[in-house]
Amino acid sequence: MLVVQSLRLMLNGKSIIDDLSLEVNKGEIHGILGENGTGKTTIAYLIMGVNNYKPTAGRIIFEGQDIADLSVSQRAKMGIGLAWQEPARIEGLRVRDYLMLSGNNQGIEQVERYLWMVGMEPERYLDRDIDNTLSGGERKRIELASVLAMRPKLAILDEPDSGIDIVALPLILNGIVEMNRQGSSVLLITHSEKVAEIAHLVSILCAGKIIRTGAPLETNQWFKDNCRTCLHINEPAH
Amino acid sequence: MISYSVEKEYQGMLDAYEKAGGDKSALQNKDIAKLVIHKNRVLSADGVNGIKIETKETKTGVNIHLLVEEGAKIPHPVHLCFGILPKEGLQEIIMKVTAQDNSDVNVIAHCIFPNAVKVIHKMDADIDIGSNARFDYKETHYHGEFGGIEVIPKARIKVGKGGVWQSTFTLSQGRVGKLDYDFEVFCQDKAVAELVVKVYGKGSDDIKVWEKIHLNGVGARGLAKSRIVLSDKAKAEVKGETYGNAPYARGHVDCIELVNGTEAVARAIPIVSVTNGKAKVTHEAAIGSIDRKQVETLMARGLDESEAVDVIVRGILR
Repeated sequence: MLVVQSLRLMLNGKSIIDDLSLEVNKGEIHGILGENGTGKTTIAYLIMGVNNYKPTAGRIIFEGQDIADLSVSQRAKMGIGLAWQEPARIEGLRVRDYLMLSGNNQGIEQVERYLWMVGMEPERYLDRDIDNTLSGGERKRIELASVLAMRPKLAILDEPDSGIDIVALPLILNGIVEMNRQGSSVLLITHSEKVAEIAHLVSILCAGKIIRTGAPLETNQWFKDNCRTCLHINEPAH
Repeated sequence: MISYSVEKEYQGMLDAYEKAGGDKSALQNKDIAKLVIHKNRVLSADGVNGIKIETKETKTGVNIHLLVEEGAKIPHPVHLCFGILPKEGLQEIIMKVTAQDNSDVNVIAHCIFPNAVKVIHKMDADIDIGSNARFDYKETHYHGEFGGIEVIPKARIKVGKGGVWQSTFTLSQGRVGKLDYDFEVFCQDKAVAELVVKVYGKGSDDIKVWEKIHLNGVGARGLAKSRIVLSDKAKAEVKGETYGNAPYARGHVDCIELVNGTEAVARAIPIVSVTNGKAKVTHEAAIGSIDRKQVETLMARGLDESEAVDVIVRGILR
């Protein structure tokens, strides 16, 4: 479904993404596991086409089509959705309207269902604005609900657990699994081995390069043993 | 010049009111206080129990006295409809509002100038809100697409002890033309004042907004909020002033001006002043282009860029 080939991004003479290749197959949850500053969010931005990021080299192929020159909305219309690590606040845009436009006006009952899936009571949230009156965790959950509403072919979830309390985390993880069951492939970007456990396959990112890919259990353990204790963050020696 | 009979004028105002988003049936409901003025003619003026409306036509407009009687809790909003239907004209509204102690009322005003090419609409209001009274005033303008209009609303508002004044001025449909908005509020002990202005300037619209709040009483609170969106060659200057003159007075000035395009010009001048050591007044002003991340957030849901900008603009003016 998604094939990233030899992707490079240089910014101000500095290598951010370095010869990165990655495949996300249909029906798969693919985890990208990495410490802070390794380029995880940059990968999400490059695939979605936001933040003015254009690959310096390499290809991003989605369902057989190179999408590197497409606009953000063209990519979204092809079926790619992004849940931002730090979602934007938009004054005056109500939760109900954000989810309705995300879901192409599927109807209020569906919208309510997506809110329940991320552990939010619709009657408490539907008429609130997605502005800075919401806590960081609430805004993150609404972002995930909006990607659920999109029913994308590929959901890119950038640190879906950040800012989420331990009570809500299992709900979020269940929501991601449910999203996958409903047919979305997921690129799950995280720094947490716990979150990566729900993936079918996990790739470890270091200095903009994928240094290892494998089954979650062993890859997560390898990450814990090597990356957590590594004194050379972003200087891959492996 | 087109001449209008009173019936035609009334029907024309009702139609224009409905087109501008007003509830036409409210203007025909006997249980609802209402006032309909076309140019300098009073077409309808009905009070209800607890509300008295007196009017006097002048050469260029109408003098109005709106009285909300002591303790009256008005169940339905009072509807005001002012306007000029022809392309040219002058309307000067001199308004005296008295909301007596412990009264409570919501007022919805629609100002309608759908064909304005050379129109001037002035409102000069002297408003007195009694102790523990609450007065909520929402004024929405509809101007049509020609931009040939000058709107000059001015109000001086005194809010008594524990009283509440809330006003929202919205001009987002049609062209603004030239706007010179000037509201000034004086708050006594524990009084609350909220001034909100929402304007969408296009073409060569020229917008001046001046909100002033004097927190003169102990524990008085005030908010001067403005939301301005500008496109084309529109320009805006927003002054938000708040003065904390008494212990525990709390005030805030909150201004956002969004510039959509390269030729529009926005200025914001927040003035915060404290003359009492126990008062606190804050301000925030943000001027700039529409936030790229907001646009991309909506584009990542499948909206085109122009659709995303439209959603953001509608949100900020909602």
